[in-house]
Amino acid sequence: MRSTEVMVIGGGPAGLSAAVEAASLGCQVMVVDSDLKLGGQLIKQTHKFFGSKEEHAGTRGFEIADILFRELDENKERIQVLSNTTAVGYYKEDGVVSCVTGEDEYFRVKPQRVIMATGAQEKMIPFPNNDLPGVYGAGAVQTLMNVYGVMPGKRVLMVGAGNIGLIVSYQMKQAGVDIAGIVEFMPHVGGYWVHAAKDRRLGIPIYLRHTILEALGDRFVTGAVIQEVGAKGGLVGEPKKIDCDVICMAVGLTPTCELLWQAGCEMTFVPELCGYVAKRDNQMRTSIPTIWVAGDAAGIEEASSAMVEGRVAGLNAARSTGHLTDTEFDARSSLYWKRLSDLRAGPVGEKIRYGISQACCGSWEV
Amino acid sequence: MEMDMLFNSGILTEERPGAIKPPQELWEKKQNGLVIIECPQRIPCNPCHTSCPTGAVMPFEDINDTPRIDYAKCTGCAMCVAKCPGLACFVVDLTYGGADEALMKLPYEMLPVPEVGAVVDCLDRTGEVVSQGKVVRVMEPWKDKTLVVHVSVPKALVMDIRAIRVVK
Repeated sequence: MRSTEVMVIGGGPAGLSAAVEAASLGCQVMVVDSDLKLGGQLIKQTHKFFGSKEEHAGTRGFEIADILFRELDENKERIQVLSNTTAVGYYKEDGVVSCVTGEDEYFRVKPQRVIMATGAQEKMIPFPNNDLPGVYGAGAVQTLMNVYGVMPGKRVLMVGAGNIGLIVSYQMKQAGVDIAGIVEFMPHVGGYWVHAAKDRRLGIPIYLRHTILEALGDRFVTGAVIQEVGAKGGLVGEPKKIDCDVICMAVGLTPTCELLWQAGCEMTFVPELCGYVAKRDNQMRTSIPTIWVAGDAAGIEEASSAMVEGRVAGLNAARSTGHLTDTEFDARSSLYWKRLSDLRAGPVGEKIRYGISQACCGSWEV
Repeated sequence: MEMDMLFNSGILTEERPGAIKPPQELWEKKQNGLVIIECPQRIPCNPCHTSCPTGAVMPFEDINDTPRIDYAKCTGCAMCVAKCPGLACFVVDLTYGGADEALMKLPYEMLPVPEVGAVVDCLDRTGEVVSQGKVVRVMEPWKDKTLVVHVSVPKALVMDIRAIRVVK
């Protein structure tokens, strides 16, 4: 049985920020991540981030990952990193986490505190032939292109005009892939308007109020059929055939929360946070007093806020293990919450604010 | 309705808060040009302000504010053009080429990198080719692979042209 003061599950923007925060305050930290390389989705993000200077606005995502890696390195005597390692079980009887490195090295960890930063998984929508080779999630397309340097196809239909659909379309265009169009069910793009404008001026059409009806092809994708959606949600007009060899799905994410369920955390379904999430107090602590949650696992949002939530979780784990005074805690905590409330203040944060109001119980002690 | 749908798909259809033209009189005589920012949606983002060396992009009270510009302070340096994550900043210099020509400083993140002197396609907000332009200069202000390409274009099209494409 291994032990650690703080175990961080997930090495994306939230988990790395949590690990760095806790370790810099004196905690012994273990980070596990199922991928071969840390960084989560950041390492695939070639676009520049929004937000403010504190969240590295104007810096590309993979370079933000490099900044976090440097911070990890500065605290390396207190941080143990286990990549290619999946936390597969949480035993609530004794708080033991079971992990597997690779496919065969099984071990158990008894942490004093746990930060769940397990991120999110992609949603899929049903349509005929959606299991054909050539139907990809946007995450897979980014992994192929931006991690391994492989073009996903020659001509792509993107489904979904949220930030991911808009950004990945732009990235594919940069890689020399033709974009047949972006299909969006809603009468407006879901992502930032400026991302849509970037795509449009490169000649990418955006089909608002459209949906995909089916993928065409026998052994692999050779096209897709799309159709307009009327004001009442029914199909109108004629179906349109689109020639493409890839259909890229960017229809939303849902929090990865299996370990939180296993741990027995109180869970609640919040549509605005895109699925089941752990109820938490106003310091990101779940109903299990030794477990915190941060990032997309706590509700789908942006990497910029995930990084700040990670700081909050790491800070709290450090306080609960006696590594800082209340005064030091208050100073940092109020800074982080100010940044979070600034990031969430505008109209695009409205949904998040409401979702959090549904998931946050204020304080567990009351 | 149709105009709304066009705007909702990422095409600017009219001036809005966060997307306005510089004052004409100042613009016509300002050497090096003035910035045009097309950022009409309130989002949590402020690098146009923090990257501006002269304070022309005014401080944000709320990070979600749309940008406001003090044109008297804008030097047309294009630091914001290269920094904006939304590639929503452009500089237009109306003093550059007499009656018919203007210089545009446009963000560029594609390959191949245009060569100085090359003739490139000029694209409007929908990606249509509206004219040709000549590459005058290629800069990389932040050394971060976002280029700022200076292109001479027909003066009448400065409110239409928003991108370039290298002609192969």
